[in-house]
Amino acid sequence: MGRTPVRERNSSAGLLSATPLRISASRCSARWWLALVAAALFATSAHLASAQASAAAKPPFRWGGDAEGGAPFVEADPADPSKVRGFDVEIAEMIARGLGREPVFVQVAWASIEQSVERGDFEVGMSGVEDRPELRARHSVSIPYYEFHEVLAVRPGDRNRFRRLSDLAGRRVATLGQTMAYQMLVDEQARSGLIPISYDDDVHPYSDLVAGRVDAVLLDNVIAERSLRRTGGFVIQPEPAATGHYVAVFARADAALRDSANAVLRARMADGSLERTFRRWGVWNDGEAAYFRRVLAQAPATDAAAPAPASNRALRTYLPALARAAGVTLVLSCLAMALAVTIGILVAAGRVYGHPLLRALLTVYVEVMRGTPVLLQLFVIYYGLSGVVRLPAFFAAVLGLGLNYAAYESEIYRAALEAIPRAQLEAGRTLGLSEGQILRLVRGPQALRLALAPMTNDFVALLKDSSLVSVITVVELTKQTAIYATNVGSWVVPGIICAGLYLLFSLPLSRFARRLERRWSLA
Amino acid sequence: MSGGLAVTGLRVAHGKREILRGVDLRVAPGEVCALMGASGAGKSTVLRSIAALQPFSGGAIEVDGFALRPGPLPRESRLKGLRRKVGMVFQAHALFEHLTALENVMLAPVHALGWTRAKARETAMALLDELGVSHRATAYPRALSGGESQRVAIARALAPDPLMLLMDEPTAALDPARRGALGETLRELAGQGRGLLISTHDVDFARAVCDRVAVLAEGTMVELGPAEEVLARPSHAATRELLRGPERSPAG
Repeated sequence: MGRTPVRERNSSAGLLSATPLRISASRCSARWWLALVAAALFATSAHLASAQASAAAKPPFRWGGDAEGGAPFVEADPADPSKVRGFDVEIAEMIARGLGREPVFVQVAWASIEQSVERGDFEVGMSGVEDRPELRARHSVSIPYYEFHEVLAVRPGDRNRFRRLSDLAGRRVATLGQTMAYQMLVDEQARSGLIPISYDDDVHPYSDLVAGRVDAVLLDNVIAERSLRRTGGFVIQPEPAATGHYVAVFARADAALRDSANAVLRARMADGSLERTFRRWGVWNDGEAAYFRRVLAQAPATDAAAPAPASNRALRTYLPALARAAGVTLVLSCLAMALAVTIGILVAAGRVYGHPLLRALLTVYVEVMRGTPVLLQLFVIYYGLSGVVRLPAFFAAVLGLGLNYAAYESEIYRAALEAIPRAQLEAGRTLGLSEGQILRLVRGPQALRLALAPMTNDFVALLKDSSLVSVITVVELTKQTAIYATNVGSWVVPGIICAGLYLLFSLPLSRFARRLERRWSLA
Repeated sequence: MSGGLAVTGLRVAHGKREILRGVDLRVAPGEVCALMGASGAGKSTVLRSIAALQPFSGGAIEVDGFALRPGPLPRESRLKGLRRKVGMVFQAHALFEHLTALENVMLAPVHALGWTRAKARETAMALLDELGVSHRATAYPRALSGGESQRVAIARALAPDPLMLLMDEPTAALDPARRGALGETLRELAGQGRGLLISTHDVDFARAVCDRVAVLAEGTMVELGPAEEVLARPSHAATRELLRGPERSPAG
């Protein structure tokens, strides 16, 4: 006796992975823009709801989750997108009612749930939050209310070849970034040499599996089964790779509230309400029933905080990874800029010298690329075109950023070309130079000098925009920093290191450009 | 007149507005001709038409056997013959800002005429030397004084060895001493057998340097003759106006 369920959870979590586990990241749907609209609606409705509840005696119970995660966790209600539904929604409502309060949903990005709950944006965060020792060290954590399994999904033809992680040496294995599954893949990489691929959402790992971009996906059985129902085209290996638990996370100081919530959760486990909810969402099974019996057999108790993770060790572990990610950022930015400059010069020359029809086409290109989000363009190039051509992620990132920035560069060059006085061109003509020679020898070189300062600005902007490519699975500096930050539970050190690395790239660049500019202007 | 410049009945219109309404002008090799007139009289338009920088609507221009016709400008490739015969010095000089004085002068020989860089450099240095600015060969245009920059511009225009040299308001930004020096230089160029057509409203300069004077007013040539004669006994009101007020600049 005496062993609390929480301690048991700790030890089981410790078994799953030798190294610290990550928080489970945003289970975002591919329809992120729809979710954005929905989020705006939620924010409004939450505001209204809180206004109504303030009249009541008890304050509303604010709980945070990510509706981008989708069913069965938290999703926008198709019947009324201003409301959310899902098993996490129902459990949050149970807790609120048990405390005699009115639940109010607060939309929060998945990876920010822990930081937000500690800031006091809401009292509890729930959206399939994975239990792990670091979480308990930094926050107050409820009893685990659901037991899940990490399962391996493979294409049907590989069913017998790839039965477990160790069969996947040298293969690309996808998962959601910043999760327990991702950490398992990183650990397995050290052992057997598989290649972990981190996604920002839990839909595309499966579509890329079916498309052949990756050879396996490791994720929670809940997510795997949902994808199997929705899209299919793969099989789930019966043997789980690991077991984990979903918990509700409270601010560290809110241990009392957590204990009250635990009492409610236990009561709902005992009276079958939780079971009914999980059944309704199709995630109930015999294993879950056995898990509930085990939890209820144990006496309730508050848990002691686990020792804080050694962040120095984390720093040492993460420095090489950050350096590598910084290299990715730098190489990616340089290649994308080279592409942008090349295409930009061609587009600018076409718009200044070309046939009216060509000019119109190039204008359309420039306006479309400048008028739509680069994030959307990356999605289209990587996922949208995958039916036609399956570009490797890094290549797609260079292409997406390069094509987008080419539109901006072309406008800089066009303006610079048009800024060269007419007399310069006429002087070239009277000397017998051809139009091509005038562009190459007179107009171009002078325009390039004018374009230098804005180009440098754009390159610095590109360095920073390159962080967007994590949405198509490229792990660059910002993404790696986010992984590091969630691991150590603070943005201070990772943030400073990350900012320092970006400045290390951009400052010398600006200095170099200023020097070059000065030399040319003094010429 | 063979080998020189012949402008016959030149008409230029911008839309309905006629800028030139039939201008006749001849410049023989070795001759310095001043093209005078108030601002807006159309001096620059005559020069630009001859240099094929703008189209004209009527008349004819012929330079040493190369004929320009009314209508849209021909393609540059059709103008190669003209380019070798006509050099132009712009009012603000229009030196290429990103090139040194020497590189400015070398550009046409190397890229338009296809000379080797060594030969182009030798010719360019000789020209800069002749014009007294060889010590500024490695300077960029920004670092040159107005007089220096004008001499480099002249050297650049002379590099392809043109028969005719057109100059737009060369005295506008020069002090009297430099104006005298420029006059000497231009006489030397004429002495080499080149024809010079110089737009100016500087009466003293025209009297001292030019063989003949042509006066433009209201789009036509109102007076044409030897410099001393025209400037001593003007027969047209426009010429008398020029003689009365130097450096007046009415708008338009």
